[in-house]
Amino acid sequence: MQVKRGLAEMMKGGVIMDVVTADQAKIAEDAGACAVMALERVPADIRRDGGVSRMSDPEMIEGIKAAVTIPVMAKVRIGHFVEAQILQALGVDYVDESEVLTPADETHHIDKWAFTVPFVCGATNLGEALRRISEGACMIRSKGEAGTGNIVEAVRHLRSIIGDIRKITQADNAELFQWAKTLQAPLPLVQEIAETGWLQVPLFCAGGIATPADAALAMQLGAQAVFVGSGIFKSDDPSPRAKAIVEATTHFRDADILAKVSRGLGAPMTGIGMDEINKSQRFAERGW
Amino acid sequence: MPAPVIGVLALQGAFAAHEDALRGLGVATRQVRTPADLAQVDALVMPGGESTTMSRLLRTSHMYQPLADRLGSGMPVFGTCAGMILLATEVIDGRPDQRSFGVIDLTVRRNGYGRQVDSFETDIEVRGLATPFHAVFIRAPKVMATGAAVEVLAVHDDVPVLAQQAHVMVASFHPEITPDARLHRMFLEHNGLSTEKERA
Repeated sequence: MQVKRGLAEMMKGGVIMDVVTADQAKIAEDAGACAVMALERVPADIRRDGGVSRMSDPEMIEGIKAAVTIPVMAKVRIGHFVEAQILQALGVDYVDESEVLTPADETHHIDKWAFTVPFVCGATNLGEALRRISEGACMIRSKGEAGTGNIVEAVRHLRSIIGDIRKITQADNAELFQWAKTLQAPLPLVQEIAETGWLQVPLFCAGGIATPADAALAMQLGAQAVFVGSGIFKSDDPSPRAKAIVEATTHFRDADILAKVSRGLGAPMTGIGMDEINKSQRFAERGW
Repeated sequence: MPAPVIGVLALQGAFAAHEDALRGLGVATRQVRTPADLAQVDALVMPGGESTTMSRLLRTSHMYQPLADRLGSGMPVFGTCAGMILLATEVIDGRPDQRSFGVIDLTVRRNGYGRQVDSFETDIEVRGLATPFHAVFIRAPKVMATGAAVEVLAVHDDVPVLAQQAHVMVASFHPEITPDARLHRMFLEHNGLSTEKERA
C-alpha cells in the first residue's frame, strides 16, 4: 500500500501536464513537469469534438513513455476496468479514472484495490473523495471543469473538500455519524479524518488551470500539486507558460516570484464561462 | 548554542513527509525554496520527487551555487531517492542538462529498479539498528558503483541502498513515508545535531 500511495507523495509540489505527442511530452519534461498525462486529445478538444472519448491508443502511450524519464499517467473511462488492465500491462505509472472520458458504467467505479498500478480519481466534494478512497484511489484531484481554462469550478471543489475536512476536525463523535451519512461515505474514513485532519491520500487540483496565478491559487487553497490539461498546449506559447506554472507551483506563496514568472507569457487559452456550458455537457457531473 | 534548524528542500516532492518525521523527533524544521531560506538552516534533507524537476528548479530559484557552497563547506545533508541522485558523483540515465552536486562518491542509475509497476517494499538490515527497517522503493535509483570513501549502511540483493560519506547520507528508498524515524535520528546523531527530546 505504501508503494502505491507513495508515488503521489513524490509528485507533491509539482505540475502534471497533459500531452498528446512525444514532442509535447519532451517540452513538458524540459519545463520541469513532475509527470505527464498521455492522451489523444486534451479536454478542450474532447469538449469541442463531442462523441465518445476512450482510453488512448497503446502505441501513442508507448511513444510518450519512450520519450521521457518522468512518470507517465493515462486516463480510463469511469468503470472501464479492462482499459485499466491494459494500461497496467503497458507499465503506465498512474491511471486516472477520469470524468473527462465518456463513462463506461453509470453506477460503479473501478475496484482499484484489484490493481498494482495506483489510481487517481476526481472529486467535487468530500463524500465523492472518500468513496473513491474506499474503492482504492491513491490520489484525489478536484474535478474542476476540464477544458475550460476557467478555475472557478476547481476552486469550488477544493473549498468544499477542504472546508468540510476543517469542520469534521471540530465535530464530536455523535456528529461524525451524521457526517458519514450526509457525505455518503464510510464512517471509519470520516473518523480517521477527524483524527488526522487530512484525507488519507494527497489532494491535487485539476480542471481549468491556465496561468501561474491559477496554479498558486490552487496551492494556497490547500492543493498539494496541480494538473494542467489544456492550459499549456492550448496557449499561444506553451514552453514558457509550462516553465512559469512549474515555478509558480513551487513558490506559490512568494508574490514577488509569482509577479516575475507571470510576465510576457503571451495569451493564455481563451477559456469558457460556466454559463456557456449546458449542465449535460459538464464533465464534473460524471461520477457517482 | 541555539537549537539547530533542519532544512527540508521544498522545491518539489515528499518534503512535507520529511518535515513530519523530523518534527516527530522534536527538531525545528524549515522549508527551503530560496537562497535566503538556505542561509537559515544548519543541515538539509533533500526529499524524493522528480530529480529532473528539482534540478531545473534549483537553477531557476538561484539555489544551485549557494547549495553547492554549503555542501562543500560541510553542511550535513540527507538525500532520499531523487535527493540521492542530486548528491551522487555520477548519474546514469539522467537528462543531459541534469546537474548533481557530486558530494558522495556513487554512480547511480536513475529509475534503476524500473517503473512504478516494479516498485516494492521490503525489510532491510541497517548497520547500527537493532531490528530491520521497512524500506519502500518507488521508481528508485540503483547504486551501480561506490567509491572507497563511502560507508555502506544497508544493502538489498547485494546492492547498497543506504550509505554515507562524511556529512553526506543517502538512501535509495523512502524513510519519510513510513512512521519509523530511526534513520532521521541516525542522520542527526551522526552529525551531532541533538534533538530537543534528548536535551530535555
